[in-house]
Amino acid sequence: MAKLLGLRCRECGAEYELQATHVCEMCFGPLDVVYDQAALKKKVSRQRIEQGPASMWRYRDLLPVEDDVPVVTLGEGFTPLVKADRLGSELGLRNLYLKNDSMNPTNSFKDRVVSVAISWARAHGFETIACASTGNLANAVAAYSARAGLECFVFIPVDLEPQKVVSISVFDPNVVAVRGNYDEVNRLCSQLLESTPWAFCNINIRPFYAEGSKTLTFETIEQLGWKLPDEIIIPIASGCQFVRHRQAIRELIDYGLVRDDRVPALTGAQALGCAPVYNAFKSDTPERVLPVKPNTIARSIAIGNPSDGIYVNRIALETGGVVEAVTEDEIVAAMRLLARTEGIFTETAGGVTIGVLAKLARAGRWKGDEVVVAYVTGHGLKTADVLASVDGHARRVEIEPTLKSFREQVNI
Amino acid sequence: MARRRLKLIFGPDMVKEPVIYQLGKQFELVTNIRRADVSKDQGWVLLEVIGEPDELDRGVEYLESRGVKVEPAEGDLVG
Repeated sequence: MAKLLGLRCRECGAEYELQATHVCEMCFGPLDVVYDQAALKKKVSRQRIEQGPASMWRYRDLLPVEDDVPVVTLGEGFTPLVKADRLGSELGLRNLYLKNDSMNPTNSFKDRVVSVAISWARAHGFETIACASTGNLANAVAAYSARAGLECFVFIPVDLEPQKVVSISVFDPNVVAVRGNYDEVNRLCSQLLESTPWAFCNINIRPFYAEGSKTLTFETIEQLGWKLPDEIIIPIASGCQFVRHRQAIRELIDYGLVRDDRVPALTGAQALGCAPVYNAFKSDTPERVLPVKPNTIARSIAIGNPSDGIYVNRIALETGGVVEAVTEDEIVAAMRLLARTEGIFTETAGGVTIGVLAKLARAGRWKGDEVVVAYVTGHGLKTADVLASVDGHARRVEIEPTLKSFREQVNI
Repeated sequence: MARRRLKLIFGPDMVKEPVIYQLGKQFELVTNIRRADVSKDQGWVLLEVIGEPDELDRGVEYLESRGVKVEPAEGDLVG
């Protein structure tokens, strides 16, 4: 019995058959996957999930891939949920947890969405996978396409940092370096859709791709002993992920996987250098998200015209969360704070999340006993260059190879 | 013929200007508004535009030259 019923427009409710399309033909609203909830309610249980693999595919019943479809996997998901006592103590939080998604196969959250997208695309006859990316997505798409044995095209701006190009190219995709800025790469891919029979992970198969995000929240709640936290801090790029975390919580409640029905506050984090959602949240018109030109070191979340921005603000307001933003200095300081207190090296996007967590904690948002979770979505080696420009070696000394020199220079 | 789904974003200077009318009049393009949110000082319109690819490019250039921000209807796709 098929669990997937079709696609539905989030704005006007128009329904479509399952297919590679992401925009409603009627109103141009985003399309979401519709599941047979009645059938899933009879099937889904904690026990069934706990008996599944130690990867995000233990939640397969709640993902848009039918049971008989072989999935394309590198063991993504089921990443550590770490109780962060040392960071929590600095911030006055006794129940702070970090979901460390930098432990995924290509070291970012994107492995979740790409594993679902390519599994769906391969099962539906696509032979070429493509994406427009500034780094993390291209990395994941190239790796999972290699794993699946599918042709891969990655569109990047021509000035993408060389180290990012290396970590994409090793998987041997076709790399198309576009002489243009992000907006122009964006437009080109949008136009290519009409003339190529390709599955663009973040475009025409976006409804399926996006569903992979839910597993981050499913896992977090399972790792908390099937208990909902009080608040979750989530980085905001397009806002697509944020929307799916709200959906994941709804599903956990609807399918009886959690006893509680108190929805956690969902809080969004942006860099001030690219903060269209934050700007709208702080204004009198949170549903009017105006595009900005990104200028931040947090490039993996620097989306100037976020597709799901208005939904982020709706959800933040509905759940009692907020959208907050941090400066470039606060991003770097947060990366260092996390590394120093918890031994976790995160990329700049993680610096944004931890920076917002720290900012809100220091502003007195929490009393101290609340259960707060922050999503750390990418590894620090992806953006190590940003630390090279600051004092990264404050405790470094140089000595002669003698005991005398050591005793003179090092205070033990 | 090609088709593009565009999001036109207007600031206070442009919100009263009939740019979609001009787009259809000056270029061989068919325009079709799908959704919009326009107030007295800003707004956006989701617009389907149909025409030859070169004419579509010229039409987008025209809109941008008038100070309208033109984006794909679905927002940024780069991930």
